[in-house]
Amino acid sequence: MSRRILLLLLVPVLAACQREEREYRANPIASETRETVALTALSPGGNEPVVATSGKGRDYENNAYHLSQGKRLFQWFNCSGCHAPGGGGDIGPPLIDDKWIYGASIEQIVQTIREGRPNGMPSFRGRVPDDQIWQLAAYVRSMSGNVPSDAAPTRADHMHPGPSESRRPVSPPIAGGDVPPGGQAPQ
Amino acid sequence: MGRRGTAAWAWAFLLLLGCAGAVAAQESSIPVPPAAAAPREDGQWVMPAKNYASTRYSELDEIKTDNVKGLQVAFTFSMGVNRGQESAPIVVNNTMYVVAPYPNILYALDLTQPGAPLKWRYDPKPEAAALGVACCDWVNRGPTYSNGRIFYATLDGNVVAVDAETGAEAWKTKLGNVRDGETMTMAPLLAKGKVFVGNSGGEFGVRGWIQALDEKTGAVAWKAYNTGPDKDVLIGADFKPFYESDKGQDLGVKTWPADAWQQGGGTVWGWLSFDPDLNLLYHGTGNPGPWNSEQRPGDNKWTAGVFARNPETGQARWFYQFSPHDLFDWDGINENVLLDMKWRGQDRKVLVRPERNGFLYVLDRVSGEVLSAKPFHPLTATTGVDLKTGALIHNADKTPQMNRVVRDICPTAPGAKDWSPSAFSNKTGFLYMPHMNMCMDWENVSANYIAGTPYIGAELRMKAGPGGHRGAFTAWDIAGEKIAWQIKESFPVWSGALATAGDVVFYGTMEGWFKAVHARTGELLWRFKTDSGIIGQPTTYRGPDGHQYVAIIAGVGGWAGAVVAGDLDVRDGTAAKGFVNAVRDLKDVTTKGGTLYVFRLP
Repeated sequence: MSRRILLLLLVPVLAACQREEREYRANPIASETRETVALTALSPGGNEPVVATSGKGRDYENNAYHLSQGKRLFQWFNCSGCHAPGGGGDIGPPLIDDKWIYGASIEQIVQTIREGRPNGMPSFRGRVPDDQIWQLAAYVRSMSGNVPSDAAPTRADHMHPGPSESRRPVSPPIAGGDVPPGGQAPQ
Repeated sequence: MGRRGTAAWAWAFLLLLGCAGAVAAQESSIPVPPAAAAPREDGQWVMPAKNYASTRYSELDEIKTDNVKGLQVAFTFSMGVNRGQESAPIVVNNTMYVVAPYPNILYALDLTQPGAPLKWRYDPKPEAAALGVACCDWVNRGPTYSNGRIFYATLDGNVVAVDAETGAEAWKTKLGNVRDGETMTMAPLLAKGKVFVGNSGGEFGVRGWIQALDEKTGAVAWKAYNTGPDKDVLIGADFKPFYESDKGQDLGVKTWPADAWQQGGGTVWGWLSFDPDLNLLYHGTGNPGPWNSEQRPGDNKWTAGVFARNPETGQARWFYQFSPHDLFDWDGINENVLLDMKWRGQDRKVLVRPERNGFLYVLDRVSGEVLSAKPFHPLTATTGVDLKTGALIHNADKTPQMNRVVRDICPTAPGAKDWSPSAFSNKTGFLYMPHMNMCMDWENVSANYIAGTPYIGAELRMKAGPGGHRGAFTAWDIAGEKIAWQIKESFPVWSGALATAGDVVFYGTMEGWFKAVHARTGELLWRFKTDSGIIGQPTTYRGPDGHQYVAIIAGVGGWAGAVVAGDLDVRDGTAAKGFVNAVRDLKDVTTKGGTLYVFRLP
């Protein structure tokens, strides 16, 4: 009887020994994955656009290490200068809301960072190692609460104008959020 | 009959006395712009600052304090771009010229026809990549006219000359490189056959400069940097600054850590003035980069100050630094109002400058000596200006530090007063200043220089200053060195001001009210609600029908209105470099716009 209880108790204890896997060594830049993404929901034939992703994104957005690295890089590479330290936006659009001009999936964000976008977003391909681009993209997802809250960064040591990423209300991307701000693209 | 005659004589006598009194008053205390820099009224408005003295004052007086309440809309025009409209409508030869924010389309409107139809448009097709390095919305501060052409700068760093009759491009000169973070937003000044322009990008670690282009061809005549060795700054034998701190060789290098001057800012995105008598061009210099002052120990010459230069050669005559080793992004680019006045019994040629650091400076524009520096905004960051050394005195408690939030610094990063130009009426002797009433919390963080990305190194959030209002419109008595009257505004006043001989002063608010107030008392005489917040520059002119018109472009944006223009998220107080924290409610009172409004009496 007591042995059975002991066994039962051991199950959660042993399960807790399962540590998340961390890949500390960065992949070289040459290992840029192929992410086939679409920037629209429209595709002829009435179907969803054809996309194909590598699946790498899940490893990043569920991983606390990558997310916290992404948070450091967000400042180091001056992302914070354009999107604001708290992600509320400045020169570039906000990253904490539910509107995504060029898509909200981690692969779409990775492509946005790699390729840049025409109205001001620089292309960081070849400037930032690809695994750091994934870390950044994962962190960007966390800014709108779209990663597991137990993996998201907690309160920072800096000025904190809002709740930490781990306590952010989840803002799932909405279908109508993929238009340029205010629906007014430059002429 | 006899009695009536006596009365008439008495009236005439009184009138004479009155006139004599007015003239005497003018000579004794009321400053006047130098005649060469502020020619007689011609009913036009050929440059955003109205004249070389930058008075933004019109002698038109059909619209007066007692009839302004009858103002009506004469016509409107859509700018086609719903971003911050900081530009000034200019009027030449019965044609109005307005330039939109990026993509910087220039429109010519025919004032001789009913409804002022479009005469032509000119599209400079600027690079969209410029949007990624424009710190504070996609603004343009205005076109200017000279010898049959319209001149203006585009966001992607080009200066264009366009035929005022046809809209044909005369020349286009590329001066700024967006890949290094350079943009152009300022209104050029045209004088002595040259176009004077400078760059923007103080938040991107660019190296600030001013250039002179040949008005006819667009060829570069000279270029002066505002950091680096003397030969680049065009400092030579003519350079005679008033204060010791500005004397020495290559201070643009020595007052920086090694090579930091190469990313040191000191841009020229604000206002220029020109004194034809002294043959001196006056221009301010922007903030040093990065904002994190701990990364650039030293005075950081020649940023956050004002230069007097020879317009032909660019050679510097004097320099004064409003904010040496700037701690708070206090660009020194505000308007330089040139006036002549009696100062302590002596005739002085002065330059009046409401400065971002919260002081209203009166400088001798011949020598660069500070005659007066009086605060017009609540201060905690500084305590005064030492008139012996010219130095700004800081409060050490409010000095920013790495990784520590310093609270309640007043004024803020956009300063007591930002670029929004004031107006001066020589009827009242008052300077009419649109400005702010705000404080902020600031934390220095490490800034990495990566060309073409922001170079800031600070996190901040702004808030309303004492009293709870965030803006004010103030009439400053220049001779009396004090506030004459002040109107509190809920939001920062980000529009320019216009003063007229009818004793009516115009400005706009970020809620969208275009207001006319009494020049002597500040009494609200008339207001009109436009479709969006106003951050533009009002101008006035005499139409082809002989009547006076007033023009303003509505459309909120700029740094203060970025929360609306850029659809920013109000939950983040650090958005728009901390401005959003102070103006979260702007989204509740206005929306994006871009409409020209022109008013006249019925």
